[in-house]
Amino acid sequence: MTRPHEVDTRELRARYPDVFDRPASARLAMPAMIVAAFAILTYGLVDLDFSPSRFIAGLSQLGWISLMMIPPDPGSSLPIYLKALGETLSIALLGTTLAAVFALPVSLLAARNVVPSKLLRFPVRRVLDSIRGVDTLIWALVWINVVGLGPFAGVLAIAVSDFGAFGKLFSEAIEGADQKQVEGIRASGGSPLHEIRFGLLPQVLPVIAGQVLYFIESNTRSATIIGIVGAGGIGLQLAEQIRVLEWQKVSFLILMILVAVAAIDFISGKLRFAIIGRRAVA
Amino acid sequence: MTTAVSILPEQQLAVLNAAYRQAIGRRRLRLLLGLVIFAAALMLAAIGAEVNLRTLFTYFGNFISYFDRILTLDNGQRVWTDVAEWLWGWRKWLRMLGETLLISYVGTLIGATLAFCLNFFAAENTSPAPWLRFTVRRLLEFARTVPGIVFALIFVIAFGLGPMAGVLAIAIHSTGALGKLFSEIVENADMKPVEGIRSTGASWLSCMRFAVVPQVTAGYASYALLRFEINVREASVMGFVGAGGIGQELVVAIRKFYYSDVSAILLTIIVTVFIIDITTGWLRGRLFGGEART
Repeated sequence: MTRPHEVDTRELRARYPDVFDRPASARLAMPAMIVAAFAILTYGLVDLDFSPSRFIAGLSQLGWISLMMIPPDPGSSLPIYLKALGETLSIALLGTTLAAVFALPVSLLAARNVVPSKLLRFPVRRVLDSIRGVDTLIWALVWINVVGLGPFAGVLAIAVSDFGAFGKLFSEAIEGADQKQVEGIRASGGSPLHEIRFGLLPQVLPVIAGQVLYFIESNTRSATIIGIVGAGGIGLQLAEQIRVLEWQKVSFLILMILVAVAAIDFISGKLRFAIIGRRAVA
Repeated sequence: MTTAVSILPEQQLAVLNAAYRQAIGRRRLRLLLGLVIFAAALMLAAIGAEVNLRTLFTYFGNFISYFDRILTLDNGQRVWTDVAEWLWGWRKWLRMLGETLLISYVGTLIGATLAFCLNFFAAENTSPAPWLRFTVRRLLEFARTVPGIVFALIFVIAFGLGPMAGVLAIAIHSTGALGKLFSEIVENADMKPVEGIRSTGASWLSCMRFAVVPQVTAGYASYALLRFEINVREASVMGFVGAGGIGQELVVAIRKFYYSDVSAILLTIIVTVFIIDITTGWLRGRLFGGEART
């Protein structure tokens, strides 16, 4: 019987060459990657005009700004802010709903199990990708050119940029659906439309509803910022107050946004649970 | 071969049918109620957001013709007939795109590093003290909820115009988002290695280093890459508020109606985002593939 501390490492080495004698390339890969990552970081810091003195000056400025923010105080414009917050929530709700309504039929076109022809699927997917590649703020700027300043441009901006995201997510949900139910409908003599309506939609609707709710939640955040370019909502007020250095109002507005986002998170979390819970039961 | 379908006696069937109809009826009623509430919320929202369908229909042609205009050169030709004229500023735009990528890279790296330092305090199973966990979690939540561009607006005033404000804004926002995701990975990690290391008398720091970190690095890297992808998009609009990157050029082009420039810059942004998406997707696949092999 051998005692445990007299392990013959030579034999172990011979038996597990992969563990003990890894090739130099494998051992050097990790440090090389880290060195490369930090080399790019240093280059970036230099190229982007980072300097310790600027950083420290900025920090003290930031500290001063934070002090000026206390206590948060809306002054006399609380009603305006509440209205702007309502506008923001409206933009998020309407924009997401519009996007979902338009994205559902298009996502069917982008799903492999509905449209087998790659010729049709490919351009639809590329268009969706391009729409997603452009940020909501850019869409807001474009829509402002079309329908003018105001929350309506924000609704359309959110609708368009979410249309791209929903098209992709929905089509993935549809592709993940069980094909057997569709075949069952076809076997009983259903038309392709019947297949989609009774075979696919019952499976994917709860998934889609969950995603839409999640997007309403995240769009509340996006809707707060599109005001910065003039597309309505609380972002407009926020950007204005930051520009005129009314820090107490700024901190109040930020608090309002935080509370609103938390409330929407809570509500949509409950709703999502209700929808997914119902599916688990049924 | 025939299979017998069992048919229940009439009475039993009637009871079952009635129960079924009632259940369906209740479900329909609930759905209808939900729809009514939803429609009411939409109506309210439509009033709140000053939706004006007439404006939309009147000006919808503008939306289409806007794309027509941005795809037309000054001399009335389509942009792709004279690519050299269309992409006349490609040197400047490529430099700005490079700056955008650098902003998102540096921002993501700083954010990921901060998130890495903070997430062990925020995770349920590794946090040394409840009060510390609470504080760190609230901090991360704050950093995550305030949109990056709001941070950028404030930082532009504190640190001056330029990419530095954009980098810091992206870094803070990424810290919040990644901190949460990282701490969720840590919460899913196997705690047995931690116990093993703690039983040898190791400190908290060694427990994290030798028991938790080896389990979670692949997940961290994957999320950080995903965040980089998101940050590239975000960095492309940081210029709107003067925080560096290609957004500056774009906003000028849109506001001053340099139509063909708008499409050229949009094209470069979309192509860059595509390339980054594909590259990070490939990298993520390789990282996870490598994990699966060992």
